[in-house]
Amino acid sequence: MSLLSVRDLDIHFGTRRVVEKVSFSIKAGEKLALVGESGSGKTVTALSMMRLVESARLSGEILFEGRDVLSMPPDALRDLRGSKIAMIFQEPMTALNPVMTIGDQIVESLQLHKGLNRKDARMQAIAALKRVGVAEAARRVGSYPHQLSGGQRQRAMIAMALACGPQLLIADEPTTALDVTIRHQILDLLDQLRRETGMAILIITHDLNLVRRFADRVAVMERGVLVEQGATATVMNDPQHAYTRKLIASRPQRDVGLAGEGCVLEAQSVHVDYPVARPGLRGWVSKGRFTAVQAANFKLAPGETLGVIGESGSGKTSLALALLDLTPSSGDILINGANWKGQSRAQKRDLRRRLQVVFQDPLSSLSPRLTVEQIVGEGLEVHEKSLTLAQRRERVIGALHDVGLSENGLIEPLLARYPHEFSGGQRQRIAIARALIVKPTVVVLDEPTSALDVTIQQQVLQLLAELQRKYRLSYVLVTHDIEVVRAMAHRVMVMKDSRIVEAGTLEKVLNEPESDYTRELLNAI
Amino acid sequence: MTEAVSHSPQSPARRAWRRFRAHRPGYWSLLIFCVLFVLSLGAELLSNDKPIIVRYAGHWYFPIFHVLPETTFDGDFHTPTDYLDPFIRAQLAKPSNFAIFPPNPYHHDSINYFATDPNPARPTRANLLGTDDRGRDLLACLLYGFRISVLFALVVTALCALMGILYGAIQGFFANWTDIAMERFVEIWNSMPQLYMLIIFSALFAPSISLLVIIIAAFGWMSIAAYVRAEFLRNRTLDYVRAARALGQRRRVIIFRHILPNALTPIITLIPFEMAGAIGALTSLDFLGLGAPPGTPSLGELLAQGKANLDAWWISLATFTVLVGTLLLLTLIGDALRDALDPRKAIVTKAAGDAA
Repeated sequence: MSLLSVRDLDIHFGTRRVVEKVSFSIKAGEKLALVGESGSGKTVTALSMMRLVESARLSGEILFEGRDVLSMPPDALRDLRGSKIAMIFQEPMTALNPVMTIGDQIVESLQLHKGLNRKDARMQAIAALKRVGVAEAARRVGSYPHQLSGGQRQRAMIAMALACGPQLLIADEPTTALDVTIRHQILDLLDQLRRETGMAILIITHDLNLVRRFADRVAVMERGVLVEQGATATVMNDPQHAYTRKLIASRPQRDVGLAGEGCVLEAQSVHVDYPVARPGLRGWVSKGRFTAVQAANFKLAPGETLGVIGESGSGKTSLALALLDLTPSSGDILINGANWKGQSRAQKRDLRRRLQVVFQDPLSSLSPRLTVEQIVGEGLEVHEKSLTLAQRRERVIGALHDVGLSENGLIEPLLARYPHEFSGGQRQRIAIARALIVKPTVVVLDEPTSALDVTIQQQVLQLLAELQRKYRLSYVLVTHDIEVVRAMAHRVMVMKDSRIVEAGTLEKVLNEPESDYTRELLNAI
Repeated sequence: MTEAVSHSPQSPARRAWRRFRAHRPGYWSLLIFCVLFVLSLGAELLSNDKPIIVRYAGHWYFPIFHVLPETTFDGDFHTPTDYLDPFIRAQLAKPSNFAIFPPNPYHHDSINYFATDPNPARPTRANLLGTDDRGRDLLACLLYGFRISVLFALVVTALCALMGILYGAIQGFFANWTDIAMERFVEIWNSMPQLYMLIIFSALFAPSISLLVIIIAAFGWMSIAAYVRAEFLRNRTLDYVRAARALGQRRRVIIFRHILPNALTPIITLIPFEMAGAIGALTSLDFLGLGAPPGTPSLGELLAQGKANLDAWWISLATFTVLVGTLLLLTLIGDALRDALDPRKAIVTKAAGDAA
């Protein structure tokens, strides 16, 4: 008999149906992955197993150990939540209460569900933290969430979820917010705990690599409909449904031209640091310095892509901002031989034209109160003042055409729209158009696809490769995603803790990595 | 990349206006407030002791615009005509003569020397809301008092917004030392006792409305500057500002075209409350006798009269009603604006819109 079985589940928000006739089941000890892109209804479906979505109207049948969850009285439901079914979330920082120590939060749930006294509950909390591999558990039990690192926080969350010995653990994107090298540690931990306790795991994710590694069975959702489910190997190797095939095919494909000769951008011992407050009285008289980038050297040829890869906090974004002269730095940055330093304001403005940028989150990188025409045309306003309004509009349309943005084949109707009226991928296209309209030689791409769904990711990368061939653009591609680098880069630079630990051609870095850190990064998928 | 085919483009301002209109009490308050304000702007036509049009002895006269001596109407003196005088009334009522008076035949400063009741007189047919203790018609006083209060509030708020936005924008955009220095100035300025300053200034200068505007605005801009500063500090680190800087855009343009429209939300929300505050300040200063010069129609002065003549209940009741009504309307408008501009509500409405 299955532990949890869902039959013909419909979920409505108001009059809108977000999940339609979903049926699946999980056996004890099984690992089921629920896969889909954002908006596919996977999270809502998982939350509904515990009836945690307040405003949703559920119909159908959810049986947990043969009891109908949908008709449970509040008392039984409370018993179900936490002690029978537990949940861990994507971002442990927001899922943990910031003003309670993690120990107190575990103790709270133990007292609630097991009726332990405070002392016993505390002992169990320490044991639970030990079990999930938190070092110095007896000390960490008194830590607040902000005092822990991301990986430790996720471990604490898992300890909290497992403290009462649930039979089903729902993990909603448990590794997405973590650095790649920590991801597989968390997955291994989950698997080990599953073997020890015999619980089932329902994992929600958009990451197919994770599914391949982790899940026994997989269920694919597209816009509220469960389109395909089966054993992981079967679905991955022989997908039946068109959407599953599209999802599997959406791993970034390499399709880039050859790099040219020469040098369009050169960095010579670039160094970036920030002032930080010092603790205690010393902070009154002096400021500490936090070093974000040390001694970065590289050259970039025309038509070449330099992939800068590293984890969060490695200094890769600081380096990108320094290249753009958006943050103070020391050392020399030469664009076609011209240095940022010692230039007048007008000369700097001229340099800016040659070096453009595309940011990660296309929503925050577009002014929300300007129209598409104003956003894309702004560069011309600054750099080509002589253009008439009609000429400028023509160029804007040309740029939007370049990035493949149109509605029913027409571009004009889009000009008066505002950013919020576009999807994430379209917004990223607008951001690319804004950068390209001034005809730069180098474009800095700061995590250009991280905020996008996998199928869109591939389209945007293809577009970038196409534009590179067409205009001989050089890219500095900053990312944490090794797949993106594999698809786009000619040369790779690996950053860790503000230093460049390895640099070289793509083939060399990927096939014969020199530093341990690079090897770890490559194995972490 | 399938995309719901969207309708005509919608600017964020248009969406906010749609949400504002959906907020019934706020929307109606705005309508009522606007109607009242427009009516009060035409107060001379609604409540005046001079007729709008006079036909006398075959001639047309417009006494609202021209001062006519009594001799025009065959009186004895060359002084301006008192149209409340029974003699003049009798002259105008003669056959072939006529005069159209405004609905309420009193100006805020007109005193009916021919009234029959002692002042303050209770409401009668002649004075719908009664008179104050100097015999001035209460309805006229309230109408003109409302007008001057709202105009005062508008000017003060506009000045505050202008100063606050400029100051806060510079502070927030340049941050660092500029911010620290300007913030210290605000703290010093803020710690000056506003009431004593007013007393000192009203002793130094002849009291006038413009002096009040300047003094109240001089202390009122700081709350707006604080909001603008916070918004600028937040927005200056966002990617769209970085992108504009990377394009080489001028700082002036970045401040006014990119950041300012996104920083205006809290200011727009504040404006009705700021206006209510200015009306309250003017009223309380008038009540204390530190406000507008004597002879200015003022709600505060009427309140003081109501306190001095407790048995003349109509004075305090009517003034109180007008004051509370005005402040209530402004508060409801502010409430609706806050809802309409609330980013979280915006997301909810957007989700609902996507569903449709």
